[in-house]
Amino acid sequence: MKGNEAIAHAAVRCGCDGYFGYPITPQSEIMETLMELEPWNTTGMVVLQAESETSSINMVYGAAGCGKKSMTSSSSPGVSLMQEGISYIACGELPCLIVNVMRGGPGLGTIQPSQADYFQSVKGGGHGDYKLITLAPASVQEMADHTVLGFDLAFKYNTPVLLLADGVIGQMMEKVVLPPFQPRWTEEEIRAKSPWATLGKPDNRKPNVITTLALEAEEMETINLRLQSKYREVEKNEVLFEEFSCEDADYVIVAFGTSARVCQKAVEMARAEGIKAGLLRPITLYPFPTIEIEKLAEKVKGFLTVEMSAGQMVEDVRLAVNGRVPVEFYGRMGGIVPSPDEVLSALKTKIVN
Amino acid sequence: MTTAEIINPANLVYVKPKLLNDKPMHYCPGCSHGVVHKLIAEIIEEMDMQEKTIGIAPVGCSVFMYKYIDIDWQQAAHGRAPALATGVKRLLPDRLVFTYQGDGDLAAIGTAETIHACNRGENITIIFINNGIYGMTGGQMAPTTLNKMKSSTCPTGRNVELNGNPLDITKLLAQLDGTCYVTRQSVHNIGNTRKTKKAIQKAFENSMAGKGTSVVEVVSTCNSGWKMTPEASNDWMVENMFAKYPLGDLKNE
Repeated sequence: MKGNEAIAHAAVRCGCDGYFGYPITPQSEIMETLMELEPWNTTGMVVLQAESETSSINMVYGAAGCGKKSMTSSSSPGVSLMQEGISYIACGELPCLIVNVMRGGPGLGTIQPSQADYFQSVKGGGHGDYKLITLAPASVQEMADHTVLGFDLAFKYNTPVLLLADGVIGQMMEKVVLPPFQPRWTEEEIRAKSPWATLGKPDNRKPNVITTLALEAEEMETINLRLQSKYREVEKNEVLFEEFSCEDADYVIVAFGTSARVCQKAVEMARAEGIKAGLLRPITLYPFPTIEIEKLAEKVKGFLTVEMSAGQMVEDVRLAVNGRVPVEFYGRMGGIVPSPDEVLSALKTKIVN
Repeated sequence: MTTAEIINPANLVYVKPKLLNDKPMHYCPGCSHGVVHKLIAEIIEEMDMQEKTIGIAPVGCSVFMYKYIDIDWQQAAHGRAPALATGVKRLLPDRLVFTYQGDGDLAAIGTAETIHACNRGENITIIFINNGIYGMTGGQMAPTTLNKMKSSTCPTGRNVELNGNPLDITKLLAQLDGTCYVTRQSVHNIGNTRKTKKAIQKAFENSMAGKGTSVVEVVSTCNSGWKMTPEASNDWMVENMFAKYPLGDLKNE
């Protein structure tokens, strides 16, 4: 099935309570699949088409504030529109899943795939100091797996999680093993798991209030410090990456999502020519595999970062490498997917020679 | 009458609603918010709905509403309260869910969220405080500011050519198929306050009966923003606001 369809199936199966979305290419199959599945007749999951991405992210805010497993999905321009709500959700420490199937920008751009929302995703696209745990699937299987993982991480840390795919992963068809069905949480389970949830105030507790307002600067700094200490825990515990032929590599390519698939082929081609190349694929873009890149920087001669953008993740690779060896960049923009030949050629001209 | 006689339960004619917290309100003397808050607290208590109610607070003067009524609350971004309420009510259909919004929140930045929540017929209640001005930010022009009415961003009075017309959004909401009850009330005297209480109670009952969206507009004063005494504000509201925003039911199905 398609990557987008895998997300829809995985959401129903992992006990998602509510999906709120607005159509936008190249991810509309997520809501279309959900509407065909009619999960309100089986698991009881609610699926609602909102009037805008602004509204859908705020419906997610409301649902997440009740401790419910809720999600939305969109593509780049729509995710830009959601940034206000994402900032509130991060500050309100509400767990939810946001899917961005990236397309080329800026502006209305193109419906072709892109990775140019990296900065928006991992540096905080909305206002204020917050982070989104950002998962970068590179296959249809990972679209399904990361939907489940995304909710797990969201509820582990009470924070929004972003599943950052691109138009290729959303649209391509591959075999996929869907996750097993899990029942939706009962209200008793939600009260135990998320005692802060606004489910209505019984006599035996104080009111639960979801708010992001603190007029006193000291109070607001305390909230910020709490968020930052949570992010340090996330950075310590949740880094995910995959290495391919890195053990004896002289040169390492760093790439995520669709670019990583292209680069894996380029690494195989380089190896066939006797160039000892390897690939490091960050699976979590935030938290970033900084320590692993630092370790590789001790033993390799150079890095090439490949992205479908003007070069965004390359900044984080350079920060990790910290000048030890050269870090070069190769990328295509506006919806173009680089070919393995192009990547191999960039590796040779920018790094090897 | 001695103090002991006055506090004798048999002689009590009024008690503060249990759900109204013992917390001094930050509202200016003469503001309508406090009265409407009290009505909401009374109604939830009388309907025995504390355990089943989730309120959505707006951005504006009533942003701190969650401090005053002893129920669960979510505080929304500016204008987004109906979207939050939709998310809550869809996933908790047996709960009483209401938003409380000012004119800037509901009729300017949140127009889309308001219209579409009403058009979908979400089983929520929207309480709309219309004082024709942005109170919290210091008296700027609102979508409901009357023609020729002065504010800090139309200091010589609202000029239609420059600022456009005042928006009667409640009339617009009454035309939508998703609304079941749309009414306009006020709380400037005892009689009207009682009518407002009845209206909010009816709206809450509609929400629980799944009849669609109920909208209760309360035409209100902002004496600080209007730069008048509370008493003069009431008189000015009756004379000017009621002419553009007449009281009564716009829809009652």
